[in-house]
Amino acid sequence: MFSWITPDLIAIVWGMVKAIIILLGMVLTAAYMIWLERRLLALWQDRYGPNRVGPLGLGQVIADMIKIFFKEDWMPPFADKFTFVLAPFLAMSLMMLAFVFIPMTPNWGVSNTNMALLFFLAIAGLAVYAVMLGGWASNSKYSLLGGLRSTAQTISYEVFMGLALMGVVIQAGSFNLRDIVAAQDGLWNVFPQILGFIAWVPAALAVVHRTPFDLPEAESELVQGYHTEYSGMKFGMFMVSEYVGIVMVSGLTVTLFFGGWDAPLWFDRIPGIGAFLGEQIPFVWFAAKTFIFMAGYILVRAALPRPRYDQIMSAAWLWCLPIALINLLITGAVVLWRAGA
Amino acid sequence: MADGTPSTVPEIVRELNARFGDAAFTLQRTADGMPTLWVAVERLQEVLRWLKNEAPKPYKMLYDLTAIDERLRKNRLGQPAADFSVVYQLLSVERDLAAPRTAAGDLRLKVALQGGTTDNFPHLPSVTSIYPNANWYEREVWDLFGIVFDGHPNLRRILLPPSWKGGHPLRKEHAARATEFDPYQLTALRQDMEQEALRFNPEEWGMKRGTEEHDFMFLNLGPNHPAAHGAFRVVLQLDGEEIVDCVPDIGYHHRGAEKMGERQSWHSYIPYTDRIDYLGGVMNNLPYVMALEKLAGIQVPERVQCIRVMMTEFFRITSHLLFYGTMAQDVGAMSPVFYMFVDRQKAYDVIEAITGFRMHPAWFRIGGVAHDLPKGWEQKVQEFLDWMPKRLDGYRKACLENSIVKARCVDVAAYNTAEALEWGVTGPGLRATGCDYDLRKVRPYCGYENYDFEVPLGHKGDIYDRIVVREEEIRQSLRIIEQCMKNMPSGPYKADHALTTPPPKDRTLNDIETLITHFLQVSWGPIMPAGETSFMVEATKGINSYYLVADGGTASYRTRIRTPSFAHLQQIPSVIRGQMVPDLIAYIASIDFVMADVDR
Repeated sequence: MFSWITPDLIAIVWGMVKAIIILLGMVLTAAYMIWLERRLLALWQDRYGPNRVGPLGLGQVIADMIKIFFKEDWMPPFADKFTFVLAPFLAMSLMMLAFVFIPMTPNWGVSNTNMALLFFLAIAGLAVYAVMLGGWASNSKYSLLGGLRSTAQTISYEVFMGLALMGVVIQAGSFNLRDIVAAQDGLWNVFPQILGFIAWVPAALAVVHRTPFDLPEAESELVQGYHTEYSGMKFGMFMVSEYVGIVMVSGLTVTLFFGGWDAPLWFDRIPGIGAFLGEQIPFVWFAAKTFIFMAGYILVRAALPRPRYDQIMSAAWLWCLPIALINLLITGAVVLWRAGA
Repeated sequence: MADGTPSTVPEIVRELNARFGDAAFTLQRTADGMPTLWVAVERLQEVLRWLKNEAPKPYKMLYDLTAIDERLRKNRLGQPAADFSVVYQLLSVERDLAAPRTAAGDLRLKVALQGGTTDNFPHLPSVTSIYPNANWYEREVWDLFGIVFDGHPNLRRILLPPSWKGGHPLRKEHAARATEFDPYQLTALRQDMEQEALRFNPEEWGMKRGTEEHDFMFLNLGPNHPAAHGAFRVVLQLDGEEIVDCVPDIGYHHRGAEKMGERQSWHSYIPYTDRIDYLGGVMNNLPYVMALEKLAGIQVPERVQCIRVMMTEFFRITSHLLFYGTMAQDVGAMSPVFYMFVDRQKAYDVIEAITGFRMHPAWFRIGGVAHDLPKGWEQKVQEFLDWMPKRLDGYRKACLENSIVKARCVDVAAYNTAEALEWGVTGPGLRATGCDYDLRKVRPYCGYENYDFEVPLGHKGDIYDRIVVREEEIRQSLRIIEQCMKNMPSGPYKADHALTTPPPKDRTLNDIETLITHFLQVSWGPIMPAGETSFMVEATKGINSYYLVADGGTASYRTRIRTPSFAHLQQIPSVIRGQMVPDLIAYIASIDFVMADVDR
C-alpha cells in the first residue's frame, strides 16, 4: 500500500523540506537584518532607532513589509520595461542561490557539491548584472553612473577575490565547502590564511556593495545610484537582496576562514553544555559566528567614510591583488614543501 | 559732499585724486566712514582697472556690487543727479593688514545712471573683464533693477526664474506685497512651460555637447539632491565622471529679503535678518543693528558688546558643527553628524535659556539686546564649555585623522589666496589658503580686541584645510565664550538713546512729551536720520554686511545684504574643472553655504 514510499523518496522529500526551512530562515534573517542594522547603527550613533512597533521595535520589519507590498509599483515611462523588472529579480535570486552551498552543520545545507566555491564565484560575477541592468534599464543618468561604477568595481574585485580564496582551496585540497570546514578542525584558516583573509574582506564587502564599497549607490553623490528609479516591491527586492548578500557573505566567511560549525577554542571540551552544543546543535556556533560578521558589516558602515572610486580601484589593484598573489604563492609553497617532506 | 580738510581725506582718495585728477570724483560722506566716491560712467573701467592692478597695495577683491533706485529718494545729500546708481565696493586685504583697525582697505565707488522705463534701460559697461566675480553681481543687478551691463558675457536673470514676466522687483515701481498681485495659479500648461524654461541648453553657456569622438553627459545635480545643501542646482558637463565644466544655478530659495527691508520698520526687520544665514541666528542681527547704531550714533554699553560676542560665538559653534557633520556625511561617513547634532542641541539649550529661541532668536536690538541675561546663565555656559572640548578631540580622531577622509580631502578642490580674492572668497575659505584675514582681528568690533584668541590658518587651500580651520575655530570660539563668561561687565543691556528699540521707558510716565515719543516709536518704529551706512562682520561663513540707505523714514530706503555664500558659489566652476563628481560633492560641502544666504 505504501510501497511507493521508498527510502530514496523520503530522502528527497526531507531534502526539500530542509531546503525550504533554510530558505525561510535565510529570508527571515535577512529581513531582521534590516532591523538589526537600524538598531545597531542607532546604538553606535547615539540615538534610538526603530523602537516603537512591538517589543524592541521588532515589529518594524513587518510594518515595513506590509507598506512596501502595498506601495504603488511605479515604473518610469522612460525605462526599458523588461530589463527594469528583470534586474531586481536577478539581484534577489542570485544572492539566494549563492546561499545554497553554505553548510550550516555537518548535515544541514541545501546542496553538497564539489564545485561549491566555483559556483559561488560564478554567481558573484553574475550578480553585477543585476546592478548593471538595473542602472541601464532605468534610463536615468544617476542610475547609469551607479551601474557603471558597479561594473568597474566588480571587474577589479572579481580578480583577486578568486585568488584570495584559492589559498583556502589549496590547503583543503577541495572546492567542497564541507571539506574545507573539515580541514579546519584544530586550526581555523584565518590564521594560516591571514593574507587571504585580508584580501577577502574588502572583496566580500564589494560583492554586496556595502560601505566603504557602496559607490554604486553612494547616496550623497548619486542620489541612490542604480536603484534611484525603483520603488515599491522592486526596490524592496534590491534592498532585501543586499541583506541576503550580507548573510550569505558572512556565512561564507565563517565557512572559509572561521571553521564553520566548529566550536571556538575549548568550548566543545566543556563537559555537559559544550559537548552537547558541539555534537547536537553545532548550528549554534555557525549562527553565532555569522552574527558577529553581520554586525561587523554594520559597524564598518557606521565607522568609515567612502573613498572615491578611483581610489577604490587603485586599492584593489595595488594592494589587494598583490596580497592575494603572495598568499597564493606562500600557501602553494608550504603545501608542496609539506607534501615533499 | 566734498570734504575740504585734507587730514580727514582717506589715503586712497588722495591717491585717486592724484592719479585721475580732482574733477574725476565726487566725494560723498557716509555714516559708516567708508570712502565713497562718485565716478563718471566713462571712467569707471579705467579707475577700477587701476585700483585692481596698478594702485599701490591694490584692491584685489570686488567685495560687492549692487544698485540703488534713486528716483524716489528725497534726501540725496548733494549727490550727483541719478535715476539709478550702481555701487561697487572694493576691498584691499593688503591695506587692511598694513594698517589694522582703521578699515583702510575699504572703498566704495558709485556710478550715476539716467533712464528708467522698460524701453529705456540704464546702461553701463560691464566690469567682468576686470573683476571676474562681477559676473553674478551684474546679473543680479540686471535681474532686480533692470540695469544693462554692456559687454557682459551672459546677462540673464539669476535669482528669478528665466520665464519671469514681472519686471525688476527692486525698482520702486514694483509692488512689495503679494496681495497687490493677482492670485498665483499654476496650471498644467504653465507648469510645463516653467519646466521647459529650466531645461539646460549647453549652447547658451558656450558649452559643446561633445567632441568628435564622443558626447558629454550633462548631469543635472539639484535643485533637489541629497548633497546640494538646499535648493541649489549645478549642471555638470561630464566626460565619464570627470567634470569638464559646470554651471551653478541659484535662485530657488529667493525670498526677496532686500525688498522686504523697504517695507518693514527698522526694528521689525530684525527677524528677517535671522533667516538670511539660517544657521547663523543672531550673527545675522549683528551687522544690521551695528550699521544702524552707526547711523544713529548709538554707543552700546560694554555689557551689550560682551553679550553680543558671546551669543554670536555660540552660533559660530553651532554652524561650524553642522558643517563638520555634513562634511563627514558627504564624504560617506554617516555617524559623526549624529554626534554633532547632540552637541548642537547642548549649545541650543544655552541659547534657548538666554534668548528664548533656538535657531532664530532675533534677539539683538538697535542699541542693545532684547533682555538681560537670565539668572544662572554662567552655569549653563560652563556646562557647555566643559562638554565640548572632549567631543572635539573625539571627532578629530574619528574624522580629521581618518585616512579615507584625508584621501578624499587633501589636495582636492584647492585654490590659492590670489584666486580666493579674485572670486570674493572670505571667511574660513580664505583663511584656509593662508591669508590671515579675520575681521575680528583686522577690524575689531564689539570689543574683540580685548579677547585672547587666535585665527587658525591653513596653507594649501584644499578641502582638508577648510575643515581644519573650522574645527580650530570652534575651539577658539569656546575660548572667547569662556572669556565673556568670566569677564561679563555689569551695567544696562540697552543703550540710553532715543533711537534704541524698544525705546527706554523710564521717563515716559513723567511727562507727556516723552510718552508721545515713546508711543510713536513703538507703534511706527524709530525714524533713522537720512544717510548711508554699512557694517561688516566676520559671520559664520565669511564676511556678511548690510548696506543701508536711510531716507528719513521708519523703513529703509534700500537694504543691501552682502552674503559670503553668494560669492563662494560663483567660484565653483573655476575650482572644480577637471576633477570628479565625488570631489565636487566634497567641495560643495567644504564651502559651507546655505541657500538662504545665497539667494536672500
